Amino acid sequence: MTTAVQARNFDEFMEGIWRQNPVFIMVLGMCPTLAVTVSAVNALSMGVATSFVLICSCALVSLMRNVTPKEVRIAVYIVIIATFVTVVDYAIQAISLALYDALGAFIQLIVVNCIILGRAEAHAAKNPPITSMINAAGMGIGFTIGLLSLGVVREILGAGTLFGVSLFGANFQPWVIMVLPPGGFFVLGSWLLLFSWWARRKEVAKNV
Amino acid sequence: MSETAFQIFVNALLANNFVLAMFLGLCPFLGVSGRLDTAFPMGLATTFVMLVASLCAFGLNLLLGHLHLEFLRLISYIVIIASAVQLVEMVMKKYSPVLFRALGIYLPLITTNCAVLGVALFQTAREYDFVQAMTFSFGGGAGFTLALVLMASVRERLQLSNVPDVVQGTALSLMLAGILSLSFMGFAGLGG
Repeated sequence: MTTAVQARNFDEFMEGIWRQNPVFIMVLGMCPTLAVTVSAVNALSMGVATSFVLICSCALVSLMRNVTPKEVRIAVYIVIIATFVTVVDYAIQAISLALYDALGAFIQLIVVNCIILGRAEAHAAKNPPITSMINAAGMGIGFTIGLLSLGVVREILGAGTLFGVSLFGANFQPWVIMVLPPGGFFVLGSWLLLFSWWARRKEVAKNV
Repeated sequence: MSETAFQIFVNALLANNFVLAMFLGLCPFLGVSGRLDTAFPMGLATTFVMLVASLCAFGLNLLLGHLHLEFLRLISYIVIIASAVQLVEMVMKKYSPVLFRALGIYLPLITTNCAVLGVALFQTAREYDFVQAMTFSFGGGAGFTLALVLMASVRERLQLSNVPDVVQGTALSLMLAGILSLSFMGFAGLGG
């Protein structure tokens, strides 16, 4: 009995990390994904902030799912999300002002991140709190992994560093375009290309 | 710090284009840019919502500042934007049912368009006065429309060309957006 529950919980958790990865499979939450991933540190902190909002809002939405009238549910969700985003906004401002300046308006823009509203509507509104929190945690980690895989590539190519540590020595000529806006589009495009190529190769192998 | 209205407009329209340089409003940008005849009305509707939201946000910010309730800013902005979208939806349904049907689900989704909330947040952070704020939101909306229309035209032409299967879909759109963004970087410094 417990193993069945555990297996289901594990499944809920892995959904966001692999099968339904918000960045690479569902292509949701693109704006912060591209805007803040100029360095690995920014990407990681954005991922953690979004995960926190995601988990807390999903828990609250799930707790209130039986008392929320159907007609105004979106308004209720968005107010819940906005509350937690305000919390995160003030928390980051208190913890590190440099990070707050680097992320800029994108902390407050977590409110309109479609991943969170999507999870609240599609999962938390129909499931008990524990399950939806596990699912939200998976989604949050999946989103963070997505952000990191962009941030790492862009920081290595665009600045020659990783988490602020220089990798190639003084003679490295940075590929500046990677930390500029076009680089974000190109790197994410390349990742998606890689995944679709991989999926296709697996499909071809199965048919043979 | 006091930029002229013209500088703000040019900056928001070209040099700091909302979509291609600041990554705001990417979801509709990738979602609605398939066809030119829906991309343009979508851009106009978003611009209108931006103007209304910016106007309301300006008044609201004064009020909240007066009452020392700045921590409610985000929540009240999002509620205002949701109401503005609702308003546009009702007006459009009454006066242009054809367009209303053509835009479909993307109309209510303007609420979660980060470009709209972005306008409200940026004009607050930069402490724009009334004229500056209105120019900023109009320039931002025009820039959003421009990016959407450009992208839609490119994608319409692309349907006629022979693209490898692997690249089809979002990967292709992102690469295109990257090239567009690259060309928009040429406008850097234009707004002074």
